[in-house]
Amino acid sequence: MRPATTKTERWAVAAAVILMLVVLPSLNAFTQAGSFLHVSNFSINLYGKYICYAILAISVDMLWGYTGLLSLGQALFFTLGGYMVGMYLMRMIGDLGQYHKPIPDFLVFLGWSSLPKFWRPFASFPFALVMAILLPGALALVFGFLAFRSRIRGVYFSILTQALTYAACLLFFRNSLLLGGNNGFTDFKFILGYDLRAPATQRGLYIISALALVLVFLGCRWLSQTKFGLVQQAIRDSENRVLFSGYAAGSYKLFVFVLCAVIASVGGVLYVPQVGIINPSEMAPEKSLEAVVWVAVGGRGTLIGPVLGAVGVNALKSWATRAYPDLWLLILGGLFILITVFMPKGLIGLPDQLRALWRRRRGGPFHATASLPGPLRMSCERRRARIK
Amino acid sequence: MKLPLKSPPWLWLTLFFILGAIYAAFGGTNGADIRRQLNQAIMSDGPEQQKLLGDLADSGSTIVRDVLNAWARDSVYLYAAPDGSKTPVLLEEAQDAKGKARALRILDGLPLQDGKGAELRFGSSELDTADVDMRLRSVIQQTLDSLALSDPDPQARQSAVLKLGNSLKPQYIPILQARRAKEGNAGVRKAMDEAMALLQLSNPDAKVQLAAVQQLGRLMDMGSLDSLKRLAAKPDLPDDVAHAANQTIRAIETHIERVNFFGTIFHGVSLGSVLLVVALGLSITFGLMGIINMAHGEMIAVGAYTCYVVQNLFGTGFGFHIVLPFSLGGKALSFGMHLPGLNAGGWVYEGYFLVALPLSFVMAALAGLLIERTVIRFLYRRPLESLLATWGVSLVMQQCFRMVFGANNVQVNSPSWLQGHFSIHDVIFGYNRVFVVGFAAVIVIGTWLLLTKTSLGLLIRAVMQNRNMAACLGVRTQRINMLTFAFGSGLAGLAGAFLSQIGNVGPSLGQSYIVDSFMTVVLGGVGSIVGTVCSAFGIGTADQVLQQTTGSPVTGKIVVLVAIIVFLQWKPGGLFASRSRSLD
Repeated sequence: MRPATTKTERWAVAAAVILMLVVLPSLNAFTQAGSFLHVSNFSINLYGKYICYAILAISVDMLWGYTGLLSLGQALFFTLGGYMVGMYLMRMIGDLGQYHKPIPDFLVFLGWSSLPKFWRPFASFPFALVMAILLPGALALVFGFLAFRSRIRGVYFSILTQALTYAACLLFFRNSLLLGGNNGFTDFKFILGYDLRAPATQRGLYIISALALVLVFLGCRWLSQTKFGLVQQAIRDSENRVLFSGYAAGSYKLFVFVLCAVIASVGGVLYVPQVGIINPSEMAPEKSLEAVVWVAVGGRGTLIGPVLGAVGVNALKSWATRAYPDLWLLILGGLFILITVFMPKGLIGLPDQLRALWRRRRGGPFHATASLPGPLRMSCERRRARIK
Repeated sequence: MKLPLKSPPWLWLTLFFILGAIYAAFGGTNGADIRRQLNQAIMSDGPEQQKLLGDLADSGSTIVRDVLNAWARDSVYLYAAPDGSKTPVLLEEAQDAKGKARALRILDGLPLQDGKGAELRFGSSELDTADVDMRLRSVIQQTLDSLALSDPDPQARQSAVLKLGNSLKPQYIPILQARRAKEGNAGVRKAMDEAMALLQLSNPDAKVQLAAVQQLGRLMDMGSLDSLKRLAAKPDLPDDVAHAANQTIRAIETHIERVNFFGTIFHGVSLGSVLLVVALGLSITFGLMGIINMAHGEMIAVGAYTCYVVQNLFGTGFGFHIVLPFSLGGKALSFGMHLPGLNAGGWVYEGYFLVALPLSFVMAALAGLLIERTVIRFLYRRPLESLLATWGVSLVMQQCFRMVFGANNVQVNSPSWLQGHFSIHDVIFGYNRVFVVGFAAVIVIGTWLLLTKTSLGLLIRAVMQNRNMAACLGVRTQRINMLTFAFGSGLAGLAGAFLSQIGNVGPSLGQSYIVDSFMTVVLGGVGSIVGTVCSAFGIGTADQVLQQTTGSPVTGKIVVLVAIIVFLQWKPGGLFASRSRSLD
């Protein structure tokens, strides 16, 4: 087995953390606009968004890459967290909305004159945060308990999580849920008394997001190296053997599922104040699949991979949707096909793959090709057969 | 034949009447006569005018309708000739630059000319209008209403009858009675009975009211419920009428419930059939091959778009043009093609769907073949990754649809033999839905025969049960995979062909069905065709029933999804789980 981290990797991660946490915000705060080194407010905001996506990607990877559970519903938990903090932010608008009423505009529009009961406690920020942890956690606990109890696994688990997020998406699109219907929440003004549109607030949110990402990353890395993490990875590799060895695989899976729901929710909590809008299309099944793409591109089964993938794919998306809006889906789809067929280990696995290719050129031993993906291995084996 | 000259006079009389009747039926209402009557009616006044208008009511002529409509709108004009005589005219709609139009004489429909033969033109303010007062207006309206009763189209007649029935004007009863004697269509006759009974409800005579209430009860007229309720709520109603009215209201309400119930069941079955055909293809690729084909929805879209293209090829032709956002040497890269159409009309054009059906199967199967060869064959051992790769395929295909056919929905016309409906005891059966149900049955039976009665089916089942063993026994598993996948995709194409008949066709057509069809397969038990059939009809019916009871389509869907998740707790393998001793 490969060591969990090599020295170079450790250095690279440390450098990335310093760049993300210290260098970028300082360049935003202390250099003049127009200077070569300046990082604009827009960029800081954009990076903050990528970081939230990276947290979501880690949660997908903890499930898929480390436990073998491909959840197609992680965006649901992400969005739920976002909605909780969104409710707080809606309350903070106060009577500055278009109707100048003390309740959110869409409620006025729906004919409400006072606040519905469940909206009331959301004026408190700690309450919103606690709910952002509790609600996705509880949903994951109930769903996971039911799913793992009846040993739903593999693709069935994927399809059911997709159905769950689809059902929730349909539910949130309804106006009668009193959560803004298809427009969701937007037009936020203040968070904890700070003006949300001020660059300093955005910078602060960025730093908090970056800190959260570092903490989530380190926490997950620690977990994956504990005995728990080893069982988790054993479940991924062969669940039956784990069961026969006397481990309650279901409980392990349930714990990971709930943990990942909470991690995704944290991403959502940080995402909403930075992006300034949350609506049910964020929990559409495609969004969860997109998060899975990030992980696949970066390299699953590692923790750096998802971060790399989330930032890389979203940067590509930002560029492509502006430069070639019609082609973005072609690029994303094509990228995905290529990665799954040719690079099952993602960008992180690329060096290993190239090394294996190199060895094959040099006429290496048979097992050298075993790590190659389907098409390359096939062409390789065909050539070997011809040589014989 | 030589008629005896000295035949009795009644024979001549009879002959005369028969000829007269034929003349009246075919030639009697010719344009010139009607126009003369109209002209006369406009020029006269008082009771004579009303009588003349009443005579026109039976003509069923469009000229009368148009002129009367114009008259009621104050657009029949009187042209005063220099000699003082007046001519009623209509102004043409086409105006020249000065806002003037030709004036057409009502008497013969020809334009007015001056003495030298030049056409006269007028603006609408230059001529006097033919007078219309309140009473005349209501006579005109009445004439128009009864005119509609003699429309050649039974549907138009029926809606005219409905309108009269709801008008609350008892003066229509004799008109309806007179028309009913001549009416040949049973449906219109029934509507007339209902309308007359409805009008009689407001009759002051309690006996007539009672008879009307009982008549409505016999006819089970659902439209009369409101009027009956209004009647029953009247304070000074005789007891027997009130009793009968309440009884009839109850009877009709039960009838409506029953009709709604069966209507909902039928809708559920037809929705289930759609799900079934969509899910059947998936059941083969997913259930038998273990491949999660997220691009299955796009195979449906391929079938639907094939219908669209075939329809256009039968019509005016089909073409597209794509401009890529790159340029090569200063020239924008673009490509496109145009296929000329047959410009067929009539039944040839109506028959396009029969050509489109097999073609949609073939096109989707070819697309499936391509995907299998290029992507999926590398992923047979990695089902989760097949899910991801095919999702990539689905994104690419959606974007291709958008580029070729545009981001908006395209128009696929149902052939006329799929439009319309028939009704049994007021339950409405649309032809397209009946077609969907029948077609689903054919497809299921066909698939079942293919899998159980042919050698290809035997090989397919062998490979799906144990790929390695089948390969050892000399089955070319690669080829079987290819064929199975193409077949499953082809079924999706067929589903698309008839989704194009009952819904919109757009680039994301498939997306709206993909989650539902996965749920259908999972609920039915993976790999079991019987299971897919049962779960498709179960989900379809449950969905429709819940929609009816909760009053919102979304709530129904959410409840169904949650119910499926809970159901799988109880039977994790689905309704018809395949039994196996192997783990995983």
